[in-house]
Amino acid sequence: MQDMLHQIEPLIPALRRYARTLLRDRSAADDLVQDCLERAVGHWSQRKDSNARAWIFTILHNLAMTRLRRTSTRPRHIDIDDAQEASFAQAPSQEDGLRYRELLQALDRLPEEQRTVLLLATVEGLSYAETAGVLDIPLGTVMSRLSRARERLLKEMDGQQRVTPVAHLRSVK
Amino acid sequence: MTSRPITEEDLHGYVDSVLAPERQVEVSAYIDAHPEVGFRVAAYSRQRTMLRAALAPIAEEPLPPELDLARMIARRGRPRQTPWWAAAAAVVLLCAGGAGGWSLRGFNHSAGEGVVAIAQEAAQNFAVYGSDHIRPVELRATDRAELVDWTTQRLGRPVGVPDLSASGYRFMGGRIVATAHGPAAMFMYDDDRGSRLVMLARPMKADQNAPMTPHADGPVNGFAWADNGLGYSLVGPAAAETLHPIANEVRRQLSRQI
Repeated sequence: MQDMLHQIEPLIPALRRYARTLLRDRSAADDLVQDCLERAVGHWSQRKDSNARAWIFTILHNLAMTRLRRTSTRPRHIDIDDAQEASFAQAPSQEDGLRYRELLQALDRLPEEQRTVLLLATVEGLSYAETAGVLDIPLGTVMSRLSRARERLLKEMDGQQRVTPVAHLRSVK
Repeated sequence: MTSRPITEEDLHGYVDSVLAPERQVEVSAYIDAHPEVGFRVAAYSRQRTMLRAALAPIAEEPLPPELDLARMIARRGRPRQTPWWAAAAAVVLLCAGGAGGWSLRGFNHSAGEGVVAIAQEAAQNFAVYGSDHIRPVELRATDRAELVDWTTQRLGRPVGVPDLSASGYRFMGGRIVATAHGPAAMFMYDDDRGSRLVMLARPMKADQNAPMTPHADGPVNGFAWADNGLGYSLVGPAAAETLHPIANEVRRQLSRQI
């Protein structure tokens, strides 16, 4: 199990972030990660996937979806604004904080299927193929959802605040 | 230039820096030549940077003590105390199960009679009702007496409701379900994580008595057996080594009731 500790432990912060962004509730998200880790410990020796990161994200994602389906019929007890205040950490500066908040609110308004792709592929840094594996969807679907998520997020943010065009596209990395 | 045409996928790959270095250069050149695309790609990149920055603080928080993986592993590794009789029974049933598993090879190809059939029927019913969040059971655990009456009447003989609370599973309730071999009683259980188990029971024509036999359908495992003309299968997404002792416990309780 020593190899499990080495491979999985460094991923726990990312698992917490993915869970919290989906559930928008710190303690519910940490419960979910705990459940995910318990399952991972129990199944580590039987896993067929050699890619530990994709494997553990798959477990977490499926748990998150089960949980969201179960609670979706009930009203959410935390208002989105409050949740972001409480659940998302403090931003470095006030101006950034405001923009981050707007962005996260726009992220919240994305359809879940687009939000999950965007989070896995851009924030968690999974490859497109890994993202497809975690979500159990074809690669082409990952690409179209990613594309729609980015476009929609741009439009949402654009509506709130005009972005100034950048002159130097080379600076893009 | 004779390179492959640039696709939307390339543009996203460029933003996420996952392209091969040659391709990255090609996309970069394309963007330089097409400012309107470049503007969009730059906006995606800014969005990506911002999203990562906005969410980075969560991953930087210190981990709460309940997410201590080393402790979880240590706890799991500690051997649990098992009474000698349970250990002995497990050895016997493991052998029986192994032999049964061998006899189940080619499971998918045979239409199936006996425990092979009930294993399949249990898996099918688990697939339908195990994922149902609206009405997984017709009669709830609180209507247990009514459920027992109903199943007794339809199956022509009583089926006990096993108590799996020692294994961490609560009885949710059950219903009568249809199988190719007539009505069957389906009982459902769940644990505190919402993970479900289904037990199916019905009278058997073939295999009136059969040893504990493992079966698997993707991530869903099951154990089927038959005692005194009643066939059973316990099915769930738990690992086979987790499910096996629970199936043994079900069998032990039900054989005591007969």
